[in-house]
Amino acid sequence: MTWENARIDKAKEIIEMYPQKRSALGPLLYLAQDKDGYISDDSIVEISRLIGITEVQVQSVASFYSMYKQEPTGKYLLSVCKSISCEISNSSNVIQKVKEFTNLSNNETDDEGLFTYESVECIGACGGAPAIQVNYETVEGLTPEKAVDLCKWLKEEQPKVVVADELQLKFGGTKSFDWAIEDKTGSSSPVPGFQTYEMQEEI
Amino acid sequence: MKETILLTKHMRENPEDSHLLKSYEKNGGYKGVKKVLKSGTPESVLEEIKSSNIRGRGGAGFPTGVKWGFLAEDQERYLVINADESEPGTFKDRILLERDPHQLIEGMIITCFAANISKAFIYIRGEYAKPARRVQSAVEQAYEKGYLGKNIFGSSMDLDIVVHLGAGAYICGEETALLNSLEGRRGEPRLKPPFFPAVKGLYNKPTLVNNVETISSVPWIMNNSGKDYASLGVEGSTGTRIFSLSGHINNPGNYEIEMGSSFGEFVESLGKGVRNEKSIKAYIPGGASAPWLRGDQLDVKMTIDDVANEGSMLGSGAVVMMDEDTNLLFAAKSLVSFFAHESCGQCTPCREGTTWLENILDRIASGRGRASDIDLLLDVCDNISPGLTWPPKMTTICPLGPSATASIVSLMKDFRSEVEVLLPKKVVVS
Repeated sequence: MTWENARIDKAKEIIEMYPQKRSALGPLLYLAQDKDGYISDDSIVEISRLIGITEVQVQSVASFYSMYKQEPTGKYLLSVCKSISCEISNSSNVIQKVKEFTNLSNNETDDEGLFTYESVECIGACGGAPAIQVNYETVEGLTPEKAVDLCKWLKEEQPKVVVADELQLKFGGTKSFDWAIEDKTGSSSPVPGFQTYEMQEEI
Repeated sequence: MKETILLTKHMRENPEDSHLLKSYEKNGGYKGVKKVLKSGTPESVLEEIKSSNIRGRGGAGFPTGVKWGFLAEDQERYLVINADESEPGTFKDRILLERDPHQLIEGMIITCFAANISKAFIYIRGEYAKPARRVQSAVEQAYEKGYLGKNIFGSSMDLDIVVHLGAGAYICGEETALLNSLEGRRGEPRLKPPFFPAVKGLYNKPTLVNNVETISSVPWIMNNSGKDYASLGVEGSTGTRIFSLSGHINNPGNYEIEMGSSFGEFVESLGKGVRNEKSIKAYIPGGASAPWLRGDQLDVKMTIDDVANEGSMLGSGAVVMMDEDTNLLFAAKSLVSFFAHESCGQCTPCREGTTWLENILDRIASGRGRASDIDLLLDVCDNISPGLTWPPKMTTICPLGPSATASIVSLMKDFRSEVEVLLPKKVVVS
């Protein structure tokens, strides 16, 4: 499956933003993953052609970074933090419960393609530990029970856009700081919802 | 003890819309840059920054004015904002990005004016999706108003800003790894020399790499003066600093304070004390890379130099408090696993050493420790960072490997018995 024209146009637009083409490699890998859920072989060929570097060079970069996924990712990527502030706030219990509910081990995706589970390093939510990200939207001040409720809700509702504020209100607790600003934006795929790449939508 | 509010003033006074240009401007924003563009010179800006004595807020604490002064002459120079905040315990840049992005943009414009730069990047860690959206939207608002782009504010200055997302690699917070990443390469640190960013940075051109908090401080300094800024805090640690407080604390969060109070006062007063009235067993004074201090060292002053004198570092300003019930072996294991996961793999002592450390701690934690494991741990640490001193001696290109040894050395120095009880006794053959 090669890239459709709209995606190629978007890619060219991104390349234009940088003084040197190769700088667009990271953003183009996100563009690949947004549609396919992972970095497919076809995307590697396409990106190498667009930027003018070899396929191996693209693959070498893609495999270095943990957010570029080598295998198809579920609709919702569940990333539970296990770094120090979360660790000493019993994140291991949250991890255990989420794993039990989804029946997944680290970096596994379920058969339905709904959830991918991963335990991750610090996501910058230490004041609201323990914390989780769903498609890189942060929920802070979790309990093991609330984490399971969150997974259940995702499974039942299957929201098109994951919005941090909505999840925080429903399932979160203590926050790292007052979020203050009302925000209805979120992510519509297992990549960071960021508007340059049009991966962000409003509910 | 009270906070001193400079950087977080606008977001506190206008909590609901502090991210919007109209709100920022209505409350005195973009006044500093207008003044600079109208009547300032690059030299006068540099002078103010130098006299403020502000030191970089990313972790290394290098004097910002000196760094700017190092920037080599070239037709093509760049500013890169390091918003790859990933040091465990740190979430101060997140609040600045989310709630006051225009303060950063104004700081960037002033910086680029002082350094004659017309292209700048904000490298935000990939996991900060929401902060990145806020910053991107702020950049777009600034373009619409003519505050970015060609002839900004009607002056002869041009400036473009690109918001770039990282992809989950802590090592990209190291400035040369960040530049590699921004060039579309693996985030592997470069050798210094020759790749000092100020001389050979992005695309081999002179590049300023500065932390979000550092550049967000620039508008205040220009609105007031370097001298005013230097009058806050203490000598060597001037101005205010945002500390991220987390762990077993009643009131965790970001606090903007003048440096110079003690950690104990900070925890009692702003942190509202330790949870469940417990006592502190150990704490991390400056992010995961910093050696721990003990609970009986809470009277240490929160300045760059005081913490360094205790054999640790103020680092990124991340304070993690661990109470008397904390299993410090598990804490160290979490920290070491972090570095093992984030090692870029270039240098053997770090790539192999961090994995060894992780494996040994794992087996001790699961009850399979060996009598010789403590010696082995320290031996591996010594191979990564000879002499186990702080600041560390380096066998590696960047400080990631040596940082992984900090928690183990702290654990063995001050809390060795907690590990020893888990190990079988050494057999003495007579």
